Amino acid sequence: MTTVNMTAKSATQNACKLCNPLGACLAFRGIERCVPFLHGSQGCATYIRRYLISHFKEPIDIASSNFNEETAVFGGSHNLKLGLKNVTQQYKPDVIGIATTCLSETIGDDVPMILREYETLMGSSAPLPIMIFASTPSYQGSHMEGFHAAVRSAVKTLAEAGPKKNLINLFSGMISPADIRYMKDIMTDFGVPFVLLPDYSQTLDGGPWAEYHRIPPGGTPTSAIASTGCASASIEFGSTLESHKSAAGYLEEKFGVTRHHLPLPIGIKASDRFFAVLEKLTEKPMPARYEDERRRLVDAYADGHKYVFGQKTILYGEEDLVISLAAFLREIGVVPVLCASGGKSGLMKKRLMELVPDLDELGIKVREGVDFVDIENETEELRPDFLMGNSKGFTMSKKSELPLIRIGFPVHDRFGGQRLHHLGYRGTQELFDRIVNTVIEQRQNASSIGYTYM
Amino acid sequence: MDTQNISLLEGREKQVYEKKQGADQIDIACDTTSLSGSVSQRACVFCGSRVVLYPVADAIHIVHGPIGCAAYTWDIRGAVSSGPELHRLSFSTDLQEMDVIYGGEKKLYRSLIELIDQYQPNAAFIYSTCIIGLIGDDIEAVCKKVAKEKGIPVMPVHSEGFKGTKKDGYKAACTALMKLIGTGSTEGISKYSINILGEFNLAGEAWIIREYYEKMGIEVVATMTGDGRIEAIKRSHGAALNVVQCSGSMTSLAKEMEEKYGIPYIRVSYFGFEDMSKSLYDVAALFPDRPEIMEKAKEIVRDEIRQYYPEMQKFKSALTGKKAAIYVGGAFKTFSLIKALRTIGMSVVLAGSQTGNKDDYSRLKEMCDEGTVIVDDSNPVELSKFILEKEADLLIGGVKERPIAFKLGVGFCDHNHERKIPLAGFVGMYNFAKEVYESVMSPVWQFAPRKGGLS
Repeated sequence: MTTVNMTAKSATQNACKLCNPLGACLAFRGIERCVPFLHGSQGCATYIRRYLISHFKEPIDIASSNFNEETAVFGGSHNLKLGLKNVTQQYKPDVIGIATTCLSETIGDDVPMILREYETLMGSSAPLPIMIFASTPSYQGSHMEGFHAAVRSAVKTLAEAGPKKNLINLFSGMISPADIRYMKDIMTDFGVPFVLLPDYSQTLDGGPWAEYHRIPPGGTPTSAIASTGCASASIEFGSTLESHKSAAGYLEEKFGVTRHHLPLPIGIKASDRFFAVLEKLTEKPMPARYEDERRRLVDAYADGHKYVFGQKTILYGEEDLVISLAAFLREIGVVPVLCASGGKSGLMKKRLMELVPDLDELGIKVREGVDFVDIENETEELRPDFLMGNSKGFTMSKKSELPLIRIGFPVHDRFGGQRLHHLGYRGTQELFDRIVNTVIEQRQNASSIGYTYM
Repeated sequence: MDTQNISLLEGREKQVYEKKQGADQIDIACDTTSLSGSVSQRACVFCGSRVVLYPVADAIHIVHGPIGCAAYTWDIRGAVSSGPELHRLSFSTDLQEMDVIYGGEKKLYRSLIELIDQYQPNAAFIYSTCIIGLIGDDIEAVCKKVAKEKGIPVMPVHSEGFKGTKKDGYKAACTALMKLIGTGSTEGISKYSINILGEFNLAGEAWIIREYYEKMGIEVVATMTGDGRIEAIKRSHGAALNVVQCSGSMTSLAKEMEEKYGIPYIRVSYFGFEDMSKSLYDVAALFPDRPEIMEKAKEIVRDEIRQYYPEMQKFKSALTGKKAAIYVGGAFKTFSLIKALRTIGMSVVLAGSQTGNKDDYSRLKEMCDEGTVIVDDSNPVELSKFILEKEADLLIGGVKERPIAFKLGVGFCDHNHERKIPLAGFVGMYNFAKEVYESVMSPVWQFAPRKGGLS
C-alpha cells in the first residue's frame, strides 16, 4: 500500500498497550485459590484468556457475567449474583476476583452494593468466598492500572491491623513467573519472613496435571495478604506507580507500614539499591550467592562492553519496565534513543530523569501514549541498531530489518516468555548476554568472513 | 481435586449428551447465550463479525470502542493475503472516559478520515463494540458521511459484544457484505463460475481450493472472505453458484444472495479426502452441460489421493485405535473431522462445538459411535472431565483448548482460525494426519502423570 509518512492521530494504530481488565485478571491469578471474574460481555473474558494463554501456555479460566441486552438495559445485578453463585459451585474458590469492564462501568453498576446484596441473599448457611473487587473500565488507563488496582484492592479487602511483625511485603508488580521465583529466592536467602503479592509463579508456570485443576495450585494465600497490615515494611516496584494507587501506599496510609518505593531492579545500580533496602530492613548482609552473581555480572560487563558501547536501541512497553531498562542500558553504554510506552502516567520523563540525568544531552526521546505506528515512524528517523520490547514489535522489526530482543509481556511469537529473567543480578545477566549476542549475531551474519571464534 | 466430583452446572445438563443404547433421546439445548459464571470457551458478537470480515485485505477495519477489542484481535488470525495486507493492522478509536460521556462520533469521524487518507483503502468496516450500543453513537450517519466525502464504501458492522452470541456477529458481518454485493459490474463473468463462501484462507487454504476449481475450468469470482478484495465482493452476484463452507457463518449470506440474485448454493467441506472430493463432484454436477468439468474433478481427486495415499497408510497404522476429542467453534467442522479421523484409524470419544444448532447436533448423534459424548458451549472443567474419562489421546480445538490438552498430557491439533498449517484440501488432510501423528506419537507423553509420570 501507499506509504504516506504521516500518522493519523485520532485513531490508535497497532496499540502499545492492553486494556485495564487484563491486568486485573493477571494479578488475581496470583492469589491462592482465586478465580478471576469479569463483569461484562463473554468476549472480554475469552479474549483476555486467549491473550494470556499465548504467553503463559497454561490454562487460564476467567469467568464472566455474560451480559446480554436485558442485562445492559436493566443492570448487571442479577447476572453478577447468578455468576458468583455458579462460579462458587463449580470452582469452589476461596476468593473471587471481580473486575469490571467498559460495559458494566458505563451502565453504572454499583458492584460493591451488588456484592453486599449477594452476601445478604446467600445468608450465613455456607461460607462465601472472599470477594475482591477492582474497578477497571477499559476506557481508562491500560492493563497496568488494572493490575495495580487489583493488587491494591486485595490488600484493602484482606489486610488486618495488629502488632508489628518481622515481615516484609514485596509488591513486585507485573513481572515474569521466573522473576517472581527469583525474588522469592532472594527473600528466603535473606532469611526474612515475607509476603509477595501477586504470586502467579506457579499458577501461570506450573507442572503437569493428573487431573484438571479448576484452580491451579500456587498463589499468595489470603492469610498472608491479611498479615501485610502488620508488616514492618513494604517494598514496591514501579517507578510511575503512585502511592494513592498502590497496595504499599494503602498499607502505609492505613497501617503505617513504611513504603519503600523502587524502580524495577534491572541493572547493577538498581539491583544494588534493592539489595541495600533488604540489607537495611533485615540488618543482614547480602547473601554470598548474590555477591557472586553480582561479581560475575561485573565481569561479564567487562568481557562484553565493546560489543554494546554506543549501540542505539528503541525501547517500548510498560512505562516502568522501559524506565528501568533504560537505566540499565546506560550502565553498559547503550543509548535508548527512544523510550516509548502506550501508557500515559504523565510521570515517565520525570522518573527517567532521576535515573538517567543526562537524558536530554544524549538526545533520548521519551514518549508516552504512543502506538506502534508512532514507534515505527521514529524507527525510520532514529535508525537504532536493535529494538527491545514485547512480541508486538515484531512487525516493525521485520519491516525495518532490525533485531528484536523480546522482553516483558506478551511474548507471543517465541517460546518461554514466562521463564525469562529480567530482575536482579541474575536477570540483568541474562539480558546482558542476550543483548551482546544479538550484536555479535548481527555482525557475524553481515560479515563475509563469518568469524567463528571470539 | 478429583474429576469424579465435577458436577455439571445447573442449567448445563441439557447441553451435554452421551450416546448410549437405550438412553433417552433428548434434544441438545443450544443456540442459547452462555450461562453467567460459567467459563465459556465462546467469544462475543464482535468476535463473530471480526472473524468473518478480518481476511478482507484491502479494507481498513476500525474497532470503535476502548482499546481492548482492537488490541486482542490485532493480527491474531492466520488469514493470508496475496496482495495488500491492511487487515493485519489494528485500528481503534481507543475511546477514553470523556468520549464515553460526550459520545465518540467526532473521534470516529476524524479517525476514519485520517486513516483513509493515510492508507487509501478500497473500503472501511466500522465495528461497534459494547459501549457504542450504550452511548448511542450514530455510526450509520458517520459512515454515510465519510463514504460520501471519500468516495469509498464505509460499512457499519453492528457487533456490540453483548447483543447476542458469536452467530449474531456472523450475521452482522454478512449484512455488511450484502451492502457491497451487487454494486460492481458482472461483465465478462463465465456461466461456469462460483463464489467460495466461508473460506478464510487460513495458511493459504483458499488458494488450494481455488486452484482445484480453476483446474476444473470453473471461474472463481470471489472468495468470502479469504484473501478477500472489495472489487471481487462487489461483483460476486454475477457468479452462477455459491459454494458454502463453514455453514455457521456464511449460510445466511448465501440465502440472501439466493433470494436477491437467484444464485443457488450448496454446502461443502474441504476437510478430509472424502468431503474434499465430494465438494468438487457436487460443484461439477451442477454444470452438467460441460461434462469435462466432472472429468477434470475425477482426475484431480485421483491424482491427489494417489500422491498422499502411501504416507497416509503409514500414519494410519500408527494411529489405529487412538481416540480423539473434538471441541471446535462450528459444529459443521466436526462432521468432517469425525470422517477424517476415521480414515486415519482414530475414533471420536467427545464431539462438541461452541455454536452448533439443533440440526447439527442431531446429525452428530447419528454419526457418532456408542459412548461418544456430545456437548454444546462447554468449558474447561467439563472438557477435561470427558477427556480423562474417555481416555482421549488427542484434542482438536483452538488456542484456548490447547493448554488443557497439554496439561493433561494429551496431544493437540489446532483446528481454529489461528492455525499456521493449511488443513483444507487433499494436501491439508495430509498435513492434518501428519500433525496428529506428530502430537499423538510424541515420546514426551511418557512423562505425563496419566501415563504414570509424576504430577
